[in-house]
Amino acid sequence: MTSGLLAATAPALAQFRVEISGIGATQIPLAAAVFRGEADAGVAVSRIVRADLERSGLVRTLDVDQELDERSAVDLAQWRGRGVDALLAGSVTRLVDGRFDVRYKLWDAVKNQELLGQSKVVLAADLRLAAHRVADEIHEKLTGERGVNATRIAYVVRAGRRFTLHVTDADGEGGQVALASPEPIISPAWSPDGKRLAYVSFETQKAVIWVQDLITGQRSMLASFRGSNSAPAWSPDSRQLAVALSQAGLTQLYLMPAGGGTPQRLTRSNGIDTEPVFASDGRSIFFVSDRGGGPQIYRVGLDGDAPQRVTFAGSYNISPAISPDGTQLAFITRQGAGYRLMLQDLNDGTVRALSDTQDDESPSFAPNGRLLVYATRVRGNDVLMTTTLDGKIKTRLLSISSGADMREPAWGPFGR
Amino acid sequence: MKTMSTTSKVLALLAASALLAACGTTRLPDDRKNSAAVGTATPVPVVASTGSTAAQSGGTPQSGVATVNLAGGAAAGGATAAGAAALLALPSQRVVFFDFDSYAIKDDFKPLLDGFSRALAANRGQKLMIEGHTDERGGREYNLALGQKRAAAVVSSLTLLGVNESQVEAVSFGEERPSAQGADETAWSKNRRAELKDR
Repeated sequence: MTSGLLAATAPALAQFRVEISGIGATQIPLAAAVFRGEADAGVAVSRIVRADLERSGLVRTLDVDQELDERSAVDLAQWRGRGVDALLAGSVTRLVDGRFDVRYKLWDAVKNQELLGQSKVVLAADLRLAAHRVADEIHEKLTGERGVNATRIAYVVRAGRRFTLHVTDADGEGGQVALASPEPIISPAWSPDGKRLAYVSFETQKAVIWVQDLITGQRSMLASFRGSNSAPAWSPDSRQLAVALSQAGLTQLYLMPAGGGTPQRLTRSNGIDTEPVFASDGRSIFFVSDRGGGPQIYRVGLDGDAPQRVTFAGSYNISPAISPDGTQLAFITRQGAGYRLMLQDLNDGTVRALSDTQDDESPSFAPNGRLLVYATRVRGNDVLMTTTLDGKIKTRLLSISSGADMREPAWGPFGR
Repeated sequence: MKTMSTTSKVLALLAASALLAACGTTRLPDDRKNSAAVGTATPVPVVASTGSTAAQSGGTPQSGVATVNLAGGAAAGGATAAGAAALLALPSQRVVFFDFDSYAIKDDFKPLLDGFSRALAANRGQKLMIEGHTDERGGREYNLALGQKRAAAVVSSLTLLGVNESQVEAVSFGEERPSAQGADETAWSKNRRAELKDR
């Protein structure tokens, strides 16, 4: 038994910080022990699991002041007496071949039984992913729904004159750089299989759409026509992308084969048409158009019917995001001098504000439809936030280099 | 792992150019030049390090993301014009400013655009890139399109004054390249602009 086990803040663990605000309606009190061996492994597995579960609004976690692991004999009645409904303990063990065995057990202190026990063997480079998968397994056990903790988020960071496209875990950490550029990058969009990103880069001194394979880094221009090429959006079957091109004069929507080729015009208006996003069934596209004056959100079927207007409140509604089940529309509305995140129920038309900040941008749904990530500004810095759909639990995703501006978040799909 | 071959790069660009030709616009040599420069960036697969000193066993991490690193300080504005061959010099003032939510060319700037159109009419080899910009307020993609409208308005004025379409291209940076930092009207008014750059 080494002395390092009780240390809660080994240097490698200190870079992970989360600010969570808001009280959820029903939060399960879960006591979570430090996993035996996680300090030596250099990845704070138990802390990642705790933060994942708290961010979903599912639990509020409590420290465990004993050394426990998945093999421990636990007195659940005593934990119940301390107001704890569930108990989590585990271990991270280095194997001879350099991989790690991550094990845990989840106990139900109310029903006095074991709920879940798992083991997974992973490369050192995948320890963070393993922790997120643990959180997903617990999430699914407690709610019956898939968790999104093992998914990834892409976003752009501007630090001085340098722009980087990051791919990180859904908690904003474990980030890697897909593209580093002296010119702006905007509008990252995940392919449905999570293996590629489309994005807009200004590296050639104009807006051009690229598609990049994340593992290999191979990339190619998808659209570099006369004028600006932007706002890429993948169809759910991955075969085409909707894009905004200004080659005909005004910015209008086109469909392009995913491998590149000839754009096929989708909208014809006397205004700006942009920000397309496919509905989950792939049969219609929501988009922004100012054909009626100010920008509003419309929906057009791919079968050729005329676009139908979807937003009616206010004079400026942009940046649509559609929940996977097709019932919720998140978007940004301008109110006075501020830009605010809103959620509209597409079945009954009710709209409510999800934030009380003034500079919201770019909402994107998690693939289980339960969370949104968006960009906003706090004390002069551009930051990323996640929120539950009732607006009650919000988390600020902090990056390792504070002071850098984070923007343009896009939540990746299930499966890696 | 095969890199995108030069042949397929050229084919992709020819296809794009053929499309442009079909639309009645001229092939753009600059896209080919710029993309050749970009194509030299070699992606470097990066294995994520989590601080562990253990030797990695064989296998590709599922978290792997390769970094593409573009060279810093790409030349802004492209090639400079063959000034010595110009019959008329381009005006030194290169920026047109706009009111909020507007892409209308104000009367103040008409003499400037007259100057440009005469210089371009006198030298048909002279090309310009018109870059439209917005202030920071509002969404990025919508602002990209608004900036495009500003650039297009300048292009429209120039072509009405006799400049060939092939001499000018309208592009936009939206809110991504402000010339003035700040969250007040002083800064915003400086950012609502179109810049006329040599190409």
